[in-house]
Amino acid sequence: MAGNVSITLQNTDEGRAIINAISADNAEAVVNVYPSMTKIDCPGRLIVNRESIESEMGRPFDLQELQLSLVSLAGNVDEDDDKFVLEWNR
Amino acid sequence: MNAETKIERKAKKLGLKERYGHLTRGLGWETSYQPMDKVFPFASYEGIKIHDWDAFEDPFRLTMDAYWKYQAEKERKLYAVIDSFAQNNGQMKITDARYVNALKIFLTGVSPLEYMAHRGYAHVGRHFVGAGPRVACQMQAIDELRHAQTQMHTISHYNKYFDGLHDPRHMFDRVWYLSVPKSFFEDAMTAGPFEFLTAISFSFEYVLTNLLFVPFMSGAAYNGDMATVTFGFSAQSDESRHMTLGLEIIKFMLEQDADNVPIVQRWIDKWFWRGYRLLSIVAMMMDYMLPKRVMSWAEAWGIYFEEAGGALFEDLSRYGITTPKYADVASKEKDRLTHEVWSTFYNYTRAAAFHTWIPNDDELAWLSEKYPETFDQLYRPRYEHWRSLQQKGERFYNNSLPQLCNVCQIPMVFTEPDDPTKLCLRSTEFEGEKYHFCSDGCKDIFEFEPQKYVQSWLPVHQIFQGNCGGATMPEVLDWYGIKNGSDNLDYEGSPDQTIWNDWTKSAQRAAG
Repeated sequence: MAGNVSITLQNTDEGRAIINAISADNAEAVVNVYPSMTKIDCPGRLIVNRESIESEMGRPFDLQELQLSLVSLAGNVDEDDDKFVLEWNR
Repeated sequence: MNAETKIERKAKKLGLKERYGHLTRGLGWETSYQPMDKVFPFASYEGIKIHDWDAFEDPFRLTMDAYWKYQAEKERKLYAVIDSFAQNNGQMKITDARYVNALKIFLTGVSPLEYMAHRGYAHVGRHFVGAGPRVACQMQAIDELRHAQTQMHTISHYNKYFDGLHDPRHMFDRVWYLSVPKSFFEDAMTAGPFEFLTAISFSFEYVLTNLLFVPFMSGAAYNGDMATVTFGFSAQSDESRHMTLGLEIIKFMLEQDADNVPIVQRWIDKWFWRGYRLLSIVAMMMDYMLPKRVMSWAEAWGIYFEEAGGALFEDLSRYGITTPKYADVASKEKDRLTHEVWSTFYNYTRAAAFHTWIPNDDELAWLSEKYPETFDQLYRPRYEHWRSLQQKGERFYNNSLPQLCNVCQIPMVFTEPDDPTKLCLRSTEFEGEKYHFCSDGCKDIFEFEPQKYVQSWLPVHQIFQGNCGGATMPEVLDWYGIKNGSDNLDYEGSPDQTIWNDWTKSAQRAAG
């Protein structure tokens, strides 16, 4: 069984939109809220979809804007224009 | 927001993968005037074999235009917060002035490492043959310089009100406990480029910095330190990229040649242990120096090393990589580490550039709750004894100089892995001299490269050799740049406490 991948985001306005998008797109995601930040754990694989964030924010979103909200992550990263994926055992 | 709302977006001319490809595949070339091994003299002596440099790819695929754009945005946000913090007397809105002592350790012990990292990445970036790692190292070198600067700028505001923050650079080069982080980074910077990346990008950034920045910054938020949270998270957003570089470079080395595996494993073992020992002081900050605490060191170790590290090393096991040697010792130490370290600083408070204290009753209760197996049995009685001595006007000071570990340079205060009541002491002989260590981990590191570590600049030895200003405490403190009576000693009775109490009293009077 693969361990958890994880992403931690700031508790900011944009961070919340991203957290909501991740929660909606990853059924197994577990959301842990700490002071000023939120850590999301998910078994094996976690996906961040550009379109989901855009519909949360109501504006175009370049996935590289994640850089502004990201605190930490665990897992192998694969990013392109539409999705940002974290996974083990790629 | 309605999920069906149509978002208008302008398509870019090239996709992310293509843009990154143009940056990192077209810019490197085979030299013709000089042989490649002369242009890149450090690329092979460590024994790492690379057959295809283009196999390295930054998974974020960050290009320079995007890099400048997002870094500029981070800076604008951060400096707006710093201004606002200063204008609104943010330094007086923290939970308690004891908290500032954690910042003193951060500024003197961690921020100079950011600057060393800047130099280190600039150096190794020059020495990699492939454009992918070169670009990643170049961005990281700029990031690290930014971190050093933003930390100085943020914390300099505290320097207007509190002691011990006036000259971190000077202290970093001289003060005994700061030789722990300094020697750690000098060890990495004097290694080859691949060991440097394993040390800093992988073991430190990927495996361990979550334990440094994440709970600490969350703790800063919890204690009302808006400025530190902001620089911390601004830096940490870069760290996510650095961590990814760390993991990618490890996989890159492991995939390039099976002969690389044992070399990388030895580096992982070494730098896990070096990094873990370096974090002792951070562990202490989490358990003892945050007036409002987010999580204990033992909990953080569980989440960020045992759980996250477990998943990571399971992933790397397909290359034949195993969990770092002595990770089990670190886990055995998790219920005692912070108590042993805080007690040491309480002993040597005269020679520290921050204040110490005995935890108050609420804090003792929190420690008992978080460390049910060890605290009441082993550490509470010690604190209560010291507190009673202090109340009688007989505050305990340790007036001798401690023996230091020849590798991590921490005083020999750690205990046997299987017996927390017995000091752990190890030694070895090399060329007729005896060398001492705090642990099997540090002893192994010495024995693999004794010629390197016999050169250690050990602060206690240096004092005895007459290289630190003189033979008396006031002379050494003067040489350290520590002002006796204001920068050092207990928080109780310090000028920091006076300024804080005056402020909070005037706030209470104003509130009526």
